[in-house]
Amino acid sequence: MDFSRKKRMLRFWTDKIGNILLRMSWHLLHAIIYLCYFTTGMVHALESHLISRGLLRRYKSLHISKINYLAIVIESEDACRTSNVIQLLQWVVALGINHICLYDNEGILKKSKDLILDKFDGAILFQDTHEDNILLDQPCMTLEFVSFSDGKEAVARAANVLLMKYIKSGATGSNQGEQIFTDSQMSEALKTVGSGGPEPDLILIYGPARCHLGFPAWRMRYTEIQHMGPLKSMEYGSLIKAIYRFTTVRQNYGK
Amino acid sequence: MAKEVMSGWTRVGNVSRGVSSVIRECIFGVLRVGPIPNHIAFIMDGNRRYDKKQNPGGAAVSGGHDAAFWALVAMVMYCYELGVKYVTAYAFSIDNFKRKSEDVQILMDSMLRKFDLLEKVAIHFAIRVHFAGNLGPFNNEFRVSAMKLMEATAGYSNSLLTICVAYTSRDEILHAIEESCEQKCIDHVREINSDGDHIIKLMDLEKNMYMAVAPDPDIIIRTEGENRLSNFLLWQSCGSHLCSMSVLWPEIELWNLVLAILNFQKHKPYLERKKKEKQV
Repeated sequence: MDFSRKKRMLRFWTDKIGNILLRMSWHLLHAIIYLCYFTTGMVHALESHLISRGLLRRYKSLHISKINYLAIVIESEDACRTSNVIQLLQWVVALGINHICLYDNEGILKKSKDLILDKFDGAILFQDTHEDNILLDQPCMTLEFVSFSDGKEAVARAANVLLMKYIKSGATGSNQGEQIFTDSQMSEALKTVGSGGPEPDLILIYGPARCHLGFPAWRMRYTEIQHMGPLKSMEYGSLIKAIYRFTTVRQNYGK
Repeated sequence: MAKEVMSGWTRVGNVSRGVSSVIRECIFGVLRVGPIPNHIAFIMDGNRRYDKKQNPGGAAVSGGHDAAFWALVAMVMYCYELGVKYVTAYAFSIDNFKRKSEDVQILMDSMLRKFDLLEKVAIHFAIRVHFAGNLGPFNNEFRVSAMKLMEATAGYSNSLLTICVAYTSRDEILHAIEESCEQKCIDHVREINSDGDHIIKLMDLEKNMYMAVAPDPDIIIRTEGENRLSNFLLWQSCGSHLCSMSVLWPEIELWNLVLAILNFQKHKPYLERKKKEKQV
């Protein structure tokens, strides 16, 4: 009995020491990851500084014409930093990008839209009743404000628009696997419910994690997604680098 | 073909035994101190570039796709050992039908050859296999083989491997709307008022998605250094950590997966908070 008790004690302490060693190893691994990110961050900050000063030649000419529509996803906690948002938009406009979609999950940017629009002369609010092609050809700045309710919930509302079409067509509910609705019908239905809009060429995510936070799924099929870090740490040079990287990407679109 | 199979099994064999297995268990033991993702999705990009690397200047061959299969098997085994319950792989997009017909045929033949091997692996590890997407465009042999594989593994519930074929998110959303419309018509044809006001709800769409078999992915990993989702899991990726790796898919290794999981663990508290805010 004494032996089995000693065996249990030994097992208990072995497990305990094993768990402590595992935890220490885990924290050590994460510390190494943190150090790597910190070092990479310092290098990026230096590069960004050099780009801002115009000292890196390859970033001097950007093929801005490749970006017809830019989306900026902002973490909702940062979305209240209106001055940062305005500064970022000023940088984007200065680079020659005039058609911008601003997204935050909770719709905080929607509440600040008047304040933001006031800062840009001639800027108009994106109206999804307009034809996308005509809008994108206009030289004036357009701003679209989007939130989570323009994503999945909008698709559900659009589904009901399509349901009415389905009923009016006299469908019986037994189509046997044939496709009933097309992409363009869905896009029209989304416009009808007020959540249409072009697909952005590029999404810049300003937040702690590389996550699009619910940007409308229908509108990001082939959209490049770049993570920029927190909004409070935004840098002009990083913006240029992200846009430069986008302009060098080659897409096959599945081919 | 036999040489490729042997090479593939050698890779799998190295995964499953020997010193590498012990080292891997130690690494996984450390990883398990933190949160382990419940669902990892892979965009398996880079197979054709791998093919060109191995066979420069040659005609299109299936070597890249064959190597891709073994890379997938290795990743599924790692995820299974680590305790990741759901794995999803983007094998073939509807957009891929735009490729040259001979390239599409090579890919189809490669996939068809792998079904028996995949069944053996799935049965060995008690993993259920599910095909998500519209199998309509495929020939009868492909559809029958896919159904047979799903039936052979239907009884397993510990882990799920979802293979997306002839899949795009837009097609998935449209399919979910169509299914919901049919169901509403059949169930409520007399009750629909003239406005049709909010008859289809979000949960109707969610349950009719091809990917309704699995929860939303925690991590989406894309290889070949690309930074887009290419019409993959757009609906399900609201709270997913997006991970881009420069490695080509057939060359993906354990350390790539470990790094992705460590990154996920670093951002997990934030992603969890975002998920809870959405539910509220």
